[in-house]
Amino acid sequence: MFDPAQAHDTGVAITTSAPGMITLRGALEDTAFKAAVEEVSGLTVPEPREIVQSGEHRLAWMGPDEALLILPRDALCDTLAALETALKGHHALVADMSDARRLFHLTGPDAALRDTLARLCPVDMRAFQLGEIRRTRLAQIAAAFWMGEEGRLNLICFRSVAQYAEDLLSDAAGKGVVLH
Amino acid sequence: MSTRLTKGGRRIDRSQPVTFRFNGRTLRGYRGDTLASALLANDQMMMGRSFKYHRPRGVVASGAEEPNALMGIGQGGRFEPNQRATQQEVFEGLEAESQNHWPSLAFDVGEVNAALSRFLPAGFYYKTFLWPRAFWKHVYEPVIRQSAGLGKAPKDRDADTYEHYYHFTDVLVIGGGLAGLAAARAAASGGARVTLLEQSAHWGGRAPTDDDATDQVEALVADLSKMDHVTMRLRCMGAGVYDHGYVLGYERLTDHLADKTGPRHRLWRIRAAQIITATGAIERPLSFAGNDVPGVTLASAVRDYLADYCVSVGDRTVVVTNNDDAYLTALALDRAGLSVPAIIDARQEGGGDLAEAARARGIRVLTGHAVAKVTGRTRVTGVKLARQTGEGAVIEDIACDAVAMSGGWSPVVHLWSHCGGKLNWDDAEAMFRPDATRPPTGADGEGFVTCAGAADGVFAPGEILQAGAAAGLRAAGATGHPGQMPDLAGPSERPLRRANPLEPVWLMPASATRALRAKTWLDYQNDVKVTDVQLAAQEGFESVEHAKRYTTLGMATDQGKLSNINGLAILSGALDTPIPQVGTTTFRPPFTPISMGAIAGEARAETFQPLRRSPLHDWHAAHGADFEPVGAWRRPYAYVRPGEDRHSATAREITQTRAALGLLDASTLGKIIVKGPDAGRFMDMLYTNMMSTLKPGRCRYGLMCSENGFLMDDGVVARWDEETFLCHTTTGGADRIHAHMEEWLQTEWWDWKVWTVNATEQYAQIAVVGPKARIVLEKLGAEGVEGEAFPFMSFQNHRLAGIDSRVYRISFSGELSYEIAVPAGQGLALWQALLDAGAEFGVMPYGTEALHVMRAEKGFIMIGDETDGTIIPQDLGLDWAISKKKDDYIGKRAQQREDMARSDRWKLVGLKTLDGSVLPEGAYAVAPGHNANGQRNVQGRVTSTYHSPTLERGIAMGLVLNGPNRMGETVEFDTLEGGTVPARIVDPVVFDKAGEKQNV
Repeated sequence: MFDPAQAHDTGVAITTSAPGMITLRGALEDTAFKAAVEEVSGLTVPEPREIVQSGEHRLAWMGPDEALLILPRDALCDTLAALETALKGHHALVADMSDARRLFHLTGPDAALRDTLARLCPVDMRAFQLGEIRRTRLAQIAAAFWMGEEGRLNLICFRSVAQYAEDLLSDAAGKGVVLH
Repeated sequence: MSTRLTKGGRRIDRSQPVTFRFNGRTLRGYRGDTLASALLANDQMMMGRSFKYHRPRGVVASGAEEPNALMGIGQGGRFEPNQRATQQEVFEGLEAESQNHWPSLAFDVGEVNAALSRFLPAGFYYKTFLWPRAFWKHVYEPVIRQSAGLGKAPKDRDADTYEHYYHFTDVLVIGGGLAGLAAARAAASGGARVTLLEQSAHWGGRAPTDDDATDQVEALVADLSKMDHVTMRLRCMGAGVYDHGYVLGYERLTDHLADKTGPRHRLWRIRAAQIITATGAIERPLSFAGNDVPGVTLASAVRDYLADYCVSVGDRTVVVTNNDDAYLTALALDRAGLSVPAIIDARQEGGGDLAEAARARGIRVLTGHAVAKVTGRTRVTGVKLARQTGEGAVIEDIACDAVAMSGGWSPVVHLWSHCGGKLNWDDAEAMFRPDATRPPTGADGEGFVTCAGAADGVFAPGEILQAGAAAGLRAAGATGHPGQMPDLAGPSERPLRRANPLEPVWLMPASATRALRAKTWLDYQNDVKVTDVQLAAQEGFESVEHAKRYTTLGMATDQGKLSNINGLAILSGALDTPIPQVGTTTFRPPFTPISMGAIAGEARAETFQPLRRSPLHDWHAAHGADFEPVGAWRRPYAYVRPGEDRHSATAREITQTRAALGLLDASTLGKIIVKGPDAGRFMDMLYTNMMSTLKPGRCRYGLMCSENGFLMDDGVVARWDEETFLCHTTTGGADRIHAHMEEWLQTEWWDWKVWTVNATEQYAQIAVVGPKARIVLEKLGAEGVEGEAFPFMSFQNHRLAGIDSRVYRISFSGELSYEIAVPAGQGLALWQALLDAGAEFGVMPYGTEALHVMRAEKGFIMIGDETDGTIIPQDLGLDWAISKKKDDYIGKRAQQREDMARSDRWKLVGLKTLDGSVLPEGAYAVAPGHNANGQRNVQGRVTSTYHSPTLERGIAMGLVLNGPNRMGETVEFDTLEGGTVPARIVDPVVFDKAGEKQNV
């Protein structure tokens, strides 16, 4: 496990956290499904490649029939139960995936953050928007990332490859800024 | 001799002297010098030896096309061979060595090959080394291997780091000459994102030297630099153009610096909507005898060395040409106070305005003439003059120490061609140029590459500017950013020079004798001469691709940048076929070689490959785990204690587990949740057996086959509730099987109501195995787990050691066994609690080898051991797991095919050696007689083989012809030492056949 902030000369620091994460599978365009999810999460079901936020809760579009609810750990059990209840009778799958992934936070100057991921992900980081989420490839592993606010980039990957991801991110963050 | 003149040199900074070493000698240059210019400044004209004949070679060019001046640069972990001295910039402390010579550059033993050149013609290897056959392996190949290759391979681990960079742009312009700058400027005018790459360290290409366009270049660069949406990179080569506007850029970050901090190279992985290749043109050599003697240089390169570095290749330079451009060289040399004894122009008519200017300066101009031969060995001493028409009768000897040659220009069409852009032969200019009507096309069928400037065969500076800007506007428009034509004043307004047309000259003199042709080099790097290409044609290698392989013309690091057109013109002449019909060889990326490090990027050392770690990985590592790879995972093979080896550790683990209690980290096994009203129906299709009848709370072992009927995965399925199944897969199979499920759901059964989630990583799963397993569970708080209250092949939820757990009563060892799944983050806490609770029973973890041995003792199959992609469940005696009631399952029809259904397929049996020894892995059971290849016939093979500490002998399983019907028979298995070992065919289950140990 690693947690201490790593300061680089580029000003990028990397930390991790372990919130609750719930995978929802269902037809995101289905109004009944949407209503149930929105009622429990307090968030609007996101549009493609969007992540919405309210307080500590985030709801991310993961595909046409998959969403990821990120929430404080202490709200996990109740929310899982509430989702099961609200979605009863709907064709949906609710899975606690809180321990399946690792969440990284990269903080620092905007250009340095963007360039860190531009070294590892085939994503147009210049055009990447706040509130956007991308599921993509981080070098050789699957990852997803979003920026909720300027100067803070969040990235998830599977738990088993967290060390690899940490090594990659630390390396790439330390290499400075390519385009100012 | 070559030297530095006293003043001038656009690119060098005379206030910044630099010392560097060449072949151990300390030399001086200036900041801004290339290695080639600095060596010339030190009169080091000879820069290497040729590949085949070890002939002395000097620098020919001034850029990326250089075939001769290849150097080993750096030392130790920073050594890299085959670097072009024309592109390597000098820095303080640079170490360079020339290549392909022994013992030294000046004196070389391999030069004897040159004397034997008559006996080393094209295809020499193919002709000579065919016979006697046995000689190839033991004599020819080792000797050839000694002499093969240009530079030496680095021996040390690379000391540098590298990086990739993903970049997206509307318009990508490759080439920062006049055309590229104009294109970028115009493309950027409407707000398009524009990226401009230039392989050299300077903007402007040939324009500052040949067109006095320094101001124009600087103005364009200044404009572009101010624009936020424009990205400009120097020392960044457009290496390759690929489908869908994907381009690789190769940026050299520290190669020119003494300070090597930071990544050495950056590989730009670019997606561009539109690409403009403004890659310029390369001057062609002329083909005359001795055109490879050091001092014979491209006319344009002579101008470059003079203008950029203030270096003269020689004091007395003869200019030889078939076009007007070389006159620029003569004029520049003359203006610099150097001597030009003669301009030899092959054209009867001679040149235009520039020729007049040369004559006006008193330079001797000879038209209709040719160089019959260059004299000198390690440097030019003179040329022998002849008429261009004729065989080369010498008219006059002209003393000189350099020859500047120009055979015309070849547009750099490589990047245009990489992705399918087509070429036309331009007879008037004697060059291949891009056919704008046949560009590389994208997914929409529209072209996505445009060629501009000299790369398009346009050479007048005014036209280049206009053409570049037009290409830029068109490309930007295609991306939805129409712009305006920028103001491009400057050299375009200069009066045009009247020039006489080029005259194609492929051989000089036109009817040169064989003796001259045998010394006339087409390809410097590969030592291919005119006679070699003619011989290839004569011997039937008529296709240009065949002639390339046969003669090696256009191979190796320069890929024929200078030689291809001259070579195929000679081939065309020899075949009496027009050049366009002969065609070119294929242009393949990269344009010039790129480093392996840049390709690897971050994938080295710790991040070479992602390594998957279980939630208990660190505990394993701290407790003696000897890991083995299982897919991308690392699993403990055994926990080796001091004084043990893997084998004895495994035996200890098995004995302990069978006697009392063992723990296995089973977290890596795949866990896929399948849910929905149609989940049962879906499961029945996925597995060969019936899953829809499984009761909630119960487990069933199942087999999964591919569409072709082959067994691809197995595992225990648990029905969590009416609508939800959990599918356990093999460790390596989780991702593959999840993808398999999704593929069927998304492409075939898209209307079935089923969702899947790959929850493999959510759970730590720990197998508690052995006679004491139940007691330990109870100690941790499980209640009601006695006997039929918690039957075999069922699961229950329990709170163990304060952790919410799902406990599966399943067994892969034949022991009483529970697999406990908890959230991954709590895996270690549970593991520790189990160790504590099991301490009184001597609990110990066991690794994958113990797992394997125990499952083999029970006759359980293992995917990857008993299966290899060609095995169907029926081969393994698993007919009981294939439902006869179901209409269908994936693989069912395939298993009814004749070959699958035949009765003589090899089938699974147990194998027991008569002497108790362990059968070799993969050993074949031999059968009487031999096959058509003279090999022993076989009747089976070993699939799993171990030493069983339980039975204290070797145990094995294998596939044997009619095996199940031959119980008790003895068959012979071959061994690695030779000979065979007899083994009896037995039941695969060799331990607790009745299952009394697991059913307690």
